[in-house]
Amino acid sequence: MSLFRQYLAQRLLASAVTLLGVSIIVFLMVRLLPGDPAQVLAGLLATEEDVARLRADLGLNKPLHIQYGVFLERLLHGNLGRSARTSQPVLEELKPRLRATLTLAVVSAVLASLAGVAAGALAATRPYSRFDYVLSLATLFGVSMPTYWLGLMLIIVFAVHLNWLPAAGSEGAASLILPALTLAAFSVALIARMTRASMLEVLGQEYVRTARAKGVGETLVVARHALRNALVPILTVAGLQFGTLLGGAVLTESVFGWPGMGLLLIESIFSRDYAMVQGIVLVFSTLFILTNLAVDLLYVAIDPRIRYT
Amino acid sequence: MAGLVLLVSLFALAVAAPLLTSHNPERQKLSEALRPLSPAHPLGTDHLGRDMLARLLYGGRLSLLIGFLAVGLGVVVGVPLGAVSGFRGGLTDLVIQRLADILLSFPGFLLALSLVAILGVGLRNVIISVGISAVPSFIRLVRGSVLSIREQVYVEAAHAIGQRRTVIIFWHVLPNAMAPVIVQATLSLGFAILVAAGLGFLGLGVQAPTPEWGTMLGEGRQYIFRAPGLTMYPGLVIFLAVLGFNLFGDGLRDALDPRMSRV
Repeated sequence: MSLFRQYLAQRLLASAVTLLGVSIIVFLMVRLLPGDPAQVLAGLLATEEDVARLRADLGLNKPLHIQYGVFLERLLHGNLGRSARTSQPVLEELKPRLRATLTLAVVSAVLASLAGVAAGALAATRPYSRFDYVLSLATLFGVSMPTYWLGLMLIIVFAVHLNWLPAAGSEGAASLILPALTLAAFSVALIARMTRASMLEVLGQEYVRTARAKGVGETLVVARHALRNALVPILTVAGLQFGTLLGGAVLTESVFGWPGMGLLLIESIFSRDYAMVQGIVLVFSTLFILTNLAVDLLYVAIDPRIRYT
Repeated sequence: MAGLVLLVSLFALAVAAPLLTSHNPERQKLSEALRPLSPAHPLGTDHLGRDMLARLLYGGRLSLLIGFLAVGLGVVVGVPLGAVSGFRGGLTDLVIQRLADILLSFPGFLLALSLVAILGVGLRNVIISVGISAVPSFIRLVRGSVLSIREQVYVEAAHAIGQRRTVIIFWHVLPNAMAPVIVQATLSLGFAILVAAGLGFLGLGVQAPTPEWGTMLGEGRQYIFRAPGLTMYPGLVIFLAVLGFNLFGDGLRDALDPRMSRV
């Protein structure tokens, strides 16, 4: 247990350092832009007084590390500044957007994991069969397909020609189907590949032979003995895929007009609302770092063979 | 093999663009906007009456160039950093690895997007942004190989005859770590083209009227109901290029190092 605690402490520390690094980069982002940071953050519509007030508020006449200190302190209090576009606190504007993005990402992640593991496991039980061949082709297509293009093609087929599903918006569950499918495609492919490889390895193990020799049915061998042991590398890939999903959400949300953080990020970049850009980038990275941490801890819990190094 | 054929064809088409079409990819003719396929315009025209085939062919030059320059940047920056990190260990290793961690904590597409938000749009900034987002994967990869190579007997021998560290890293260690780098670079090319086209699609990449696959896709998007071809063709060539690099990369991996996993 103490070993696990040590590992836990180590991982938490590493995550904290990374988070701090991300906050430094996000802080420097605005300072690196040409022009006066106060003017940059206040936005194009700000008056002279607004800019002057912001300049005093950010302590721009003080050295850079003091400015960062101010930034970090406010960050820890959940103060991400105000949007230049709406003058509202960034955090308040972000909340409903974060919910929309998480809904999309989580639905896609569940979809990708279920479909990916099922397809990969099935292919592994029939290696070099026709199904296996078709799946390997499909996964290759899946990882090579531009997300945004797949989304547009789905719109053409299901919204324009068949008129089954809405092309854009966020009204009801039906409008979630196309974005979720689009976003999941890449991850399904990767998870299916990983599952197939991992399962093939496990199915050759002696405990699987033992289970078969005992007369355990094939379905049970696959589901209980093999899949469970093949799960660690699959979980790693699936966990990392959550980050890819978050990144991909930016493009998917833009294609479908899904009102999440990604769409807001693009709008904010175009309207030069840098306080908002900073906030969104920070939230995305924090989510990603926390997911990776959770995956690391989870697979130690799942597989007792992993040593805490 | 299929990957190589695909890539060679795409390169040939891009290089031979002036021979294959007489249209200027940037010349607008509004009276001929959104025309369907015809002998004069084999793939029709876009919303400004520009020939789609010409734009796809010339756009290929730019999209492929962006891919190569961006991955080149990733290799030139990432490989030496990874080598030094793995070879020297200690504090150097710690600093470089934390740096890679930080870059890797911007999920996927988001790092390039954030960089473009700072640097601004345009060809050069797209290459820099996509290039920097490719750096951490090369750092990680090379560090891993170097860690095992530096324990080899020939490295010990080089130390023993008194060679300098820089010479050992770049002369004895790095060449032996190159096989996975070549594979990763090929796979990264597909990724780079995908990301650069994604930026173009959002309107944050190469700016109009210059033809670039992602930018074309983004422009065509408004006409998706009237002229689906404007989004279909550019997306299809992006897909084929990425598919080509992925297939070729997988093939290279099998050929160069059978021990590497296929996943």
